[in-house]
Amino acid sequence: MADASAVLRSEWLKIRTVRSTAWTLASAFGITVVFGALLSALTNTGFHNLTKSQQLTFDPVSTSFSGGLLGQLAMIAFGVLVVGSEYTTGMIRTSLAAVPRRGTLYLCKVAVATVAALAVALVTSFVSFFVGQAALGSHSTTLGAPNVLRALIGGGLYMTLIAVFAMGVATMLRSSILAMGILMPFFFLVTEILAAVPGAKTVAHYFPDQAGRAMTRVVQDSGTPYGPWGGLAIMVLWVVAVVVGGYVVLQKRDA
Amino acid sequence: MIELAGVTKRYGTKVVVSDLTFSVQPGAVTGFLGPNGAGKSTTMRMMLDLDRPTAGQVLIDGKRYADLQNPLRIVGALLDAKAMHGGRSARDNLMCLALSNRIPASRVDEVLEEVGLTAVARHRPKGFSLGMGQRLGIAAALLGDPEILIFDEPVNGLDPEGIHWIRMLMRSRAARGCTVLVSSHLMSEMTLTADNLVVIGQGKLLANTSMSEFIAQNSRTYVRVRTPEPEKLRDALAAAGMTVVTAPDGVFEVVDVPVEQVGDVLAAAQVGLHELSPQHASLEEAFIQMTGNATEYRSGPAAPVPGQPNGAAATPNMQQESLAAGKEA
Repeated sequence: MADASAVLRSEWLKIRTVRSTAWTLASAFGITVVFGALLSALTNTGFHNLTKSQQLTFDPVSTSFSGGLLGQLAMIAFGVLVVGSEYTTGMIRTSLAAVPRRGTLYLCKVAVATVAALAVALVTSFVSFFVGQAALGSHSTTLGAPNVLRALIGGGLYMTLIAVFAMGVATMLRSSILAMGILMPFFFLVTEILAAVPGAKTVAHYFPDQAGRAMTRVVQDSGTPYGPWGGLAIMVLWVVAVVVGGYVVLQKRDA
Repeated sequence: MIELAGVTKRYGTKVVVSDLTFSVQPGAVTGFLGPNGAGKSTTMRMMLDLDRPTAGQVLIDGKRYADLQNPLRIVGALLDAKAMHGGRSARDNLMCLALSNRIPASRVDEVLEEVGLTAVARHRPKGFSLGMGQRLGIAAALLGDPEILIFDEPVNGLDPEGIHWIRMLMRSRAARGCTVLVSSHLMSEMTLTADNLVVIGQGKLLANTSMSEFIAQNSRTYVRVRTPEPEKLRDALAAAGMTVVTAPDGVFEVVDVPVEQVGDVLAAAQVGLHELSPQHASLEEAFIQMTGNATEYRSGPAAPVPGQPNGAAATPNMQQESLAAGKEA
């Protein structure tokens, strides 16, 4: 692994020199903050319409982060394109000829993209919190309140892990289009629907996004069988499995 | 030097490359010739460890490609001109490669200059013509100033000036002692560039020889004669000291003698003729015959190289020679 630092620098340049990086990450930030602010403002004005139990379990942090449901799709796009563009352009053969140690190439690429995603995701999480709390008015909370800081860092981790998950899936499928076509509807619709269906709910709890979102809440759902850290652990397991899957495919398959 | 030892590639039950053993020597341009689908590109991808051989191995200067430290400094390859990110500028594409192999940035500008892309260095290759894309691919191959160059059909999409330029490039690198392997499906292209020739068909090695030897053995001229009096013809030609080969359909081939001389001898002997014509077997024909036969071998039983009924009589000999040469290497 003597050449890992050279490969890291190369992958960093790759990520900086394509437009998709800027627009996917900027979208992730913009969508999450804007939709979080809108929903926070709507919640503020309609708070008195909520039922008593809804008011009691009201979570100002997850409300201001509710834009993440859409913003995560941009994070998925980022993760897919970082890997998938190598395949759609045929660049992968050039990249592997330059770095024939496939594991090194893959891990460096994932590492660099993860750092970029983490930086944007953390900023996104905190900014949507502050903007959202401002919009929530009297129903807002503060950074110093119990568990808030944990939930905000959790929000950053959640969006980062979603992006890494997408990188692993794109590597396994070796295609941007295929990966997008599976991940987008899955995370936007399928898990949301299944999580709302009584019978499927027990399974859906263990989907990566449903589990990971426990990290982003201050008030936990009464039905979930795990806490914020348990949720994080489940999501990390998913991500590790998918990243290892991508590694195996890259090692085994002809480029 | 590139050495292949028993390299075989199978996709499922389909054998794409079968037991290839040959080496590519430094200081020469080696033409890698075969019809489309013969397995040239697959073989080249295996040289770079992009495709893994089902059996056998490829060594680059005695090492496996995957074990090379900074491989771009040892092997430069152009496999597919489109193997760049279309949305990243030409210069940035090369910079990414340079960084990964610790090649100085100054070298990026040098190769861009060498291939004539300096003016569009900041442009994205998405908008490049096929020829410009090819030049960018060649720039990537030259980036690490490697001792070994592997070009897969490099003249594709190049204009005549570009074709001339790439030929000169390969010749000058070989003259400097580099190992240059260039694939083509056109014999005519090879005769202009290559010193050595490796011919494959249906994934099998058909010839491994020098270009001059290949020409000597394959570009033969002969006189085609048809007669109702074969015995008389044979006697007359034998008396004149001429070699005659029997071909099917009552045709005889007289080798290495001008047509006038054959006509005079046969006229003097009063042999009745139905045909007397000078023939010239081009290299292209020899190549097509050679690779066409490979198709027949493939569908037949496992016999390695059966004797040929007609035509390129040199092929079986060359096959033997090439196998011997492969084992020596």
